[in-house]
Amino acid sequence: MSSYPARKTFTSIRLVNFLEKAIVYAILLAGTLVILTPFWWMVTTSLKTPAEVFTFPPTFLPHKIIWKNYVDIFQKAPFLLYFRNTIYVVLLDMIGTLLSASLVGFAFARLRWRGRDLLFLITLATMMLPGAVILIPRYLIFKELHWLDSFRPLWVPSFFGYAFFIFLMRQFYTTIPFDLDDAALIDGCSHFGVWWRILLPLTRPAMAACAIFTFNATWNDFLGPIIYLSSQDKLTLALGLLNFRGPHTTDWHYLMASSVVAMMPVILLYFFAQKYFIQGVVFTGVKG
Amino acid sequence: MRTNSATNLFPSATHAQPKRKMSRMARQEELTGWLMAGPWIIGLILWTVGPFVAAGYLAFTDYDILSRANFVGFDNFERMLFADPLFWTALKVTSIYAVVSIPLQMALGLFLAILLNMRIRGLTLLRTIYYLPAVLSGVAVSLLWIWVFSADWGIINFVLSLVGITGPSWLSSEKWALPALITMSLWGVGSGLIIYLAGLQGVPTELYEAAEIDGAGRWPKFWQITLPMISPVLLFQLIIGIIGALQVFTEGYVMTEGGPNNATLFFLLYLWRNAFQFLKMGYASALAWAIFIYIMALTLLVLRSSAAWVFYIGEIKGRS
Repeated sequence: MSSYPARKTFTSIRLVNFLEKAIVYAILLAGTLVILTPFWWMVTTSLKTPAEVFTFPPTFLPHKIIWKNYVDIFQKAPFLLYFRNTIYVVLLDMIGTLLSASLVGFAFARLRWRGRDLLFLITLATMMLPGAVILIPRYLIFKELHWLDSFRPLWVPSFFGYAFFIFLMRQFYTTIPFDLDDAALIDGCSHFGVWWRILLPLTRPAMAACAIFTFNATWNDFLGPIIYLSSQDKLTLALGLLNFRGPHTTDWHYLMASSVVAMMPVILLYFFAQKYFIQGVVFTGVKG
Repeated sequence: MRTNSATNLFPSATHAQPKRKMSRMARQEELTGWLMAGPWIIGLILWTVGPFVAAGYLAFTDYDILSRANFVGFDNFERMLFADPLFWTALKVTSIYAVVSIPLQMALGLFLAILLNMRIRGLTLLRTIYYLPAVLSGVAVSLLWIWVFSADWGIINFVLSLVGITGPSWLSSEKWALPALITMSLWGVGSGLIIYLAGLQGVPTELYEAAEIDGAGRWPKFWQITLPMISPVLLFQLIIGIIGALQVFTEGYVMTEGGPNNATLFFLLYLWRNAFQFLKMGYASALAWAIFIYIMALTLLVLRSSAAWVFYIGEIKGRS
């Protein structure tokens, strides 16, 4: 032991702390680099000439930025139509999901009725049910209804509710004090009124999370459209992109430009509504 | 003020009024409840329970859309188990994908979450970046990764060439196609990461302080405090991961078409082909049941085992 043990330990602790922080930052930054590189790769490729796309080693930045690629893709494929179709399905799906999740969640969380708890358990169980097992019978039902090659199979079920969103809403409803309902009921408000006037405004954050998740899931959906849609004028973005690829395409600048365009709405939504995204994920993932 | 649902699954029971004969108001509540849940009950029968039962029936038929369904007993299952090598290939490919990608994703996600939880500056920005790939999925992402994995022009092989390695032709190599898809799945590590991060932030700091007073180092603190405290979150992620990974479809369809030589023939892709390309609805329903049973068995196994490794705080407090 030296005569100034305290001081010596102090500096060495500081040094260790500093090194530790440096390593942590280095790892985290390396991680973000790995995460971001594919995006960078996609965006730069989308702005290159075909000749520059096929160079090795690849260029870090395009020699000349070809914005025209983004104009060309809209002439090469009916992207606006794909967008319109996708937005149509996404909007209807969102409306259906929000309406059903809010109402059914309310019934599960704040009303007492016979069979409720059993039904809620069944609802939880269906969340675990792999989609694969009901894929084929569902297809056959929609075939019987003559809904194949229409958008209906993609959005009609949302008005009946999805277990996950009902669960999310129900969990959120249970965090709001019940005195609110009681007070409103004593004042002569109906249960429906309690939902509409009092709780609906209070559940806005959870509704936002539901809306965002639905938007994303439907926007990115591929299995649904590929099973139910076949006409060229009904393709959604996911199918349109695939079509755009062709059998042995080499137009990677166009393919990457169209991928950027297809991802853009989701990315923008993520940046602007990130708070709700993360709240929603955490709410269902940790508390669920 | 959030109620912990794990400990209080039916919260309104706690505010139940004393039992008496159903008043007018209670009847109204009953009626409204049924009305509001009505669409869900109908939907449950129409889109979930009905199809589920129908799939059970179809699996015992030779239905092919074009002709009437004939009852064929266990033929489909016999064929699946004993005469269809592709069934086993698909099962193997999907299992490898799940067994490798889930633990890697969980370990990497937890590791990064622990780093992010070390009072880091720029946490919000880092979290935003890490979570970004998790919100993207589908065809656009698959196309992007085809290009990333391109043998001659791809960025991965370029990076490998910097350290003197000649990269394989990833997606068109029987050996490397599945590892490539697993690598790609790690890009989405953010989805678990932010949940772990939230879980870590919920661990009471007193526990760590107490351990430090007792002289516990970093590893003991991790094994004795962090891991047990977030084990419920890990369990949840593991189950979600199993259900998701065993039903991968888009990547296999878009990026490799199940190839080369069925090296990436994911189960759902094989099921899809049987159902919608070969129109073997009966056989595909048997496949659907097989994957259903497989997923359920694994989930039950995990849940059973969880008693040994998942720790609920309620247990020491003596409340439930």
